Amino acid sequence: MAFRRSVLGLVAASAALLAPVGAPAQTLKAVMHSDVKIVDPIWTTAYIVRNHGYMIYDTLFALDAKGEVKPQMVDTYTVSPDTLTYTFTLRDGLLWHDGKPVTAEDCVASIKRWAARDSLGQKLMTFVEGMSADDAKRFTVKLKSPTGLLLFGLAKPSSNVPFMMPKRVAETDPNQQISDFTGSGPFVMKTDEWKPGDRIVYTKFKDYKPRPEPASGLAGGKVVKLDRVEWLAISDQQQAVNALLAGEIDLIEQPAYDLIPLLKGDDGVKLVDYNPLGFQYAMRPNHLIKPFDNPKVRQAMTYALNQTDFLQAVVGDPDYYKPCKALFVCGSPLATDKGMDGLLESNFAKSKQLLKEAGYDGTPIVLLQSTDLQTLTNLGPVAKQLLEKGGFKVDMQSSDWQTVVSRRARKDPVDKGGWNLMNTSWVSADILNPVMSSFMNMSCDKAPFGWPCDAEMEKLRDDFAREVDPGKQKAIAEAVQVRWREVVPYIPLGQFYIPIAARKNITGILTAAAPVFWNVEKKK
Amino acid sequence: MSAEPTLLAPAAAAPLPPGRTLAARLVRNPVVAIGAGFLLLMALIGIFAPFLGTLDPTAINPATRNRPPGFERTIRAEDGTATTYRHRLGTDTLGRDVYSRVLYGARVSLLIAVSVATLSLAIGLLLGLLAGYIRPLDGPIMRLMDGLMAIPGILLAIAVVSLFRAGLPAVIAAIVVPEIPRVVRLVRSIVLSVREEPYVEAAIMAGTRLPLLMARHILPNTIAPLIVQGTFIAASAILVEAVLSFLGIGIPPETPSWGNIMAEGRNLFRVYPHTILYPGIVLGLTVLAVNMLGDGLRDTLDPKMTGR
Amino acid sequence: MAGYVLRRLLAAIPVLAIVAVLVFLMLRLTPGDPAAVIAGDNASSEQIALVRRTLGLDQSLPAQFAIWAGNLLHGNLGESFFFKKSIGELILGRIEPTLSLAAATMLIAVCVAIPLGVVAAYRHGSWLDRIVMGVSVLGFSVPVFVIGYLLIYVFSITLGWFPVQGYQPLADGLGGYLHRLVLPATTLSVVYIALIARMTRASVLEVLNEDYIRTARAKGQVERKILFRHALKNAAVPIVTVVGIGIALLIGGVVVTESVFAIPGLGRLTVDAVLARDYPTIQALILMFSGVYVLINLLIDLTYSLFDPRIRH
Repeated sequence: MAFRRSVLGLVAASAALLAPVGAPAQTLKAVMHSDVKIVDPIWTTAYIVRNHGYMIYDTLFALDAKGEVKPQMVDTYTVSPDTLTYTFTLRDGLLWHDGKPVTAEDCVASIKRWAARDSLGQKLMTFVEGMSADDAKRFTVKLKSPTGLLLFGLAKPSSNVPFMMPKRVAETDPNQQISDFTGSGPFVMKTDEWKPGDRIVYTKFKDYKPRPEPASGLAGGKVVKLDRVEWLAISDQQQAVNALLAGEIDLIEQPAYDLIPLLKGDDGVKLVDYNPLGFQYAMRPNHLIKPFDNPKVRQAMTYALNQTDFLQAVVGDPDYYKPCKALFVCGSPLATDKGMDGLLESNFAKSKQLLKEAGYDGTPIVLLQSTDLQTLTNLGPVAKQLLEKGGFKVDMQSSDWQTVVSRRARKDPVDKGGWNLMNTSWVSADILNPVMSSFMNMSCDKAPFGWPCDAEMEKLRDDFAREVDPGKQKAIAEAVQVRWREVVPYIPLGQFYIPIAARKNITGILTAAAPVFWNVEKKK
Repeated sequence: MSAEPTLLAPAAAAPLPPGRTLAARLVRNPVVAIGAGFLLLMALIGIFAPFLGTLDPTAINPATRNRPPGFERTIRAEDGTATTYRHRLGTDTLGRDVYSRVLYGARVSLLIAVSVATLSLAIGLLLGLLAGYIRPLDGPIMRLMDGLMAIPGILLAIAVVSLFRAGLPAVIAAIVVPEIPRVVRLVRSIVLSVREEPYVEAAIMAGTRLPLLMARHILPNTIAPLIVQGTFIAASAILVEAVLSFLGIGIPPETPSWGNIMAEGRNLFRVYPHTILYPGIVLGLTVLAVNMLGDGLRDTLDPKMTGR
Repeated sequence: MAGYVLRRLLAAIPVLAIVAVLVFLMLRLTPGDPAAVIAGDNASSEQIALVRRTLGLDQSLPAQFAIWAGNLLHGNLGESFFFKKSIGELILGRIEPTLSLAAATMLIAVCVAIPLGVVAAYRHGSWLDRIVMGVSVLGFSVPVFVIGYLLIYVFSITLGWFPVQGYQPLADGLGGYLHRLVLPATTLSVVYIALIARMTRASVLEVLNEDYIRTARAKGQVERKILFRHALKNAAVPIVTVVGIGIALLIGGVVVTESVFAIPGLGRLTVDAVLARDYPTIQALILMFSGVYVLINLLIDLTYSLFDPRIRH
């Protein structure tokens, strides 16, 4: 038997290798919500890559636990009296993982690459006159007109985060992925141990200089208390929980809701609510083709749906969800119920009436549903049931998530592989204002899939970007929400929270928009 | 030397024994009786599912998810009347009734078993006859079959499923394609050996036309081994469907099949075992029954192979 | 003998070529667009088109096939669309777990199934025989993942004897390696135990009725010796065949078992690649599995002559 012989061979060979490999004392093994397959956080908006970015890269600014912008790599900055010129000075002692110092030139190149990809960055660039490195540690940004977006943009907490990279890396074409993983963050990626589909490994960056302040949110001192962090790919949720209960791993970023009772009942494990703003579900209609090219039909959906049904079906435990009609996230400064009365209450009669007025002919709506993403799978059937009660005909088409992703990019009619409706979710930190929220982008062809088109909404978003006064910003946000009711670029399906499940001896998990591993400690 | 010595054996068997004694022998074989009886029961349950106290198997109810067997729920109709429904086997992650899903699931799972078996036998028979009888086609067909056979079945199935829109036809096609080569090989080997028989050679010499030759001499010899082969294909089809669902590329979850009820329930195995347990038991027993039927048929139709 | 092997290897080339064409065509006809998957969440149509161009997906099908086939002939499997690594490297990194799982599975299956089958044949018709046969039919009737979950529940969670999941490379120590291999291999071996036990029983049964066994019995030879020296040896050809087919079929079970136990092997790589529409990786993997299948078939045929001197190639 060929195989048996090879086993004997392996056994014999291993005898020589039996000397154990000493594992570092403080290794944290985590199961994240997905496997790290792509490693360019500027190129993709995938959250797992953002999380990877927070491991190995650092940011110029960051949001603290109160949501305020705080300098991170920047030591000090000055603003000219006309608020058009910003000069930034980097902290002392910032090093890349290859030992070279971080320079102002690196930062300028990194901001440019980020701004080419990120939707907020693109908006920001319309205000920027020019950026230049003044010396090794100082750089200047000149604006055409005042905006609050610059500092907020550089502190953007979620995808795409403006991570700083060495100039040689940051000069990669923004549409190509980087292949050099040198950062200046608190952890170093072990490229030789990275096995997509299995694990990605980080070690402590010994020469990282944390800020003196205590850690708060994504700001403050990034003090690393672990020697090594391993992210393991365990695709089977039940197995991940089993492994945590057995102590084979230390942490699960997003345990499945239905398994939480199992975790709550175990003394060795705790649940940590690290993300106070949580996540939101969203439903996106395709504005290009019938019937959702008609705003009345989109409005009908806002009457037919209700958030509680979705949240119950996916989350279940009311401790972890909150119906939330505020487009800019419940619990955030711009949260408001304005313009939302009567909506999302499953008023089927009203929905049917609007459909009648719109002349909806009963053509089935193609709803894309993914079968392999636990957090999204249950949304489809609920949507189908509610919409059908509201007078729609729904053809729910199931496939794996990647097929949904490739299909939603198509502008064709449904019989040629197009689509009408799809569901997704995002972290609330991505939609804190009208400019950040990518589904609010109604710039027609330039908007992301769904391609909504509305000049008035675009003007409001532009006004928001120009406004620096928080009170006036809020007024604009309210106006956006009122306009939303008319044009319905997307529909929020509710807010939810996913706790981290960790062994009891893991402490110091920070409250932030993204799960980060500095400050985390593994006690004996 | 063929890789399937066992499959060559039936070729030598005489045409089917006269019907009456065969039927009698089949009924008297307890293994066949038990297997067939159970399958008949499952088929009846599937057909009459709407009359067996079931709800709409796709009706979701987010408020009562993952309830244990025996959970009672008040259902309000649109006219305001309320009835109490007892979820005999509990509810699943969307609050659908597991009992109803398992019963309706019999339809889909049995449909898959039967259609996969029928289709792969039909296509395999056609290709096998062509390859075995028409010399110029033998090479191309068999090389194509060698190629298909060399691709691991489950991988081929995964690839075929992703070819189409996920759904019942895609899943059936995905399970059929990898089964075809084995049927073709079996049929071809039978055709080749029957051709050598003196009575067939005589018929050819006498100028019997091809369709008649096929119908009279060749097809009858293939029936017994094909029926046996078909039962095993049916059994494996039910299992493969479950595996495809497990990998997240099976029948869309709103259509209940035993495989996708289990696949949906598997993540909750430790918390709510009922969603995987009941469909699992029914699926296991059904596959067992099909296998028993296959074993029994083989013993009866082809005594030479008894016990294999 | 050498001539025979050479001829068989040459005959395998067209089979592999057919596999290559089949797989290539099938993937290109799939609706999924790897470019859209790779371009990421908020990619515009232009960005997707750009990715398509960089991957060479905008070229005609024959041109794409020619490039791929040309690289193959130079031993270059290409680069994965998705993982941005050379496929050769990707596959090499995944071989050890899958090979270990396959080997351990077949080892368990053969060690358990052959004695069971022999005993069942010897005690033909007894309750022991019936139990062995009944359990073996049951082994066919339960999906692999259910067996996996049951074993995990009993042996990992309740008894705590084995780890719940994971794989430890052999280089990190033999103890941990074996410890983590036991459950997945046992899970996967159930169906092969059933298969091999049935085949062993049937062929031993057939041999036991042959004249030379009767002669040996008449000469007063010890039963054990008759059973294992004469009967089993002569029944070996079909058993070896079924073991060989088992190895070739193993990959299907490996896909599921690796998913359940989070083993970073070729099976999971294949599923990941299919779901990500990573064409070059899928093509390379299926071609490799087909090659292994052809080789195993050749090995089966060669072993025939070992067991049965009458078969000469």
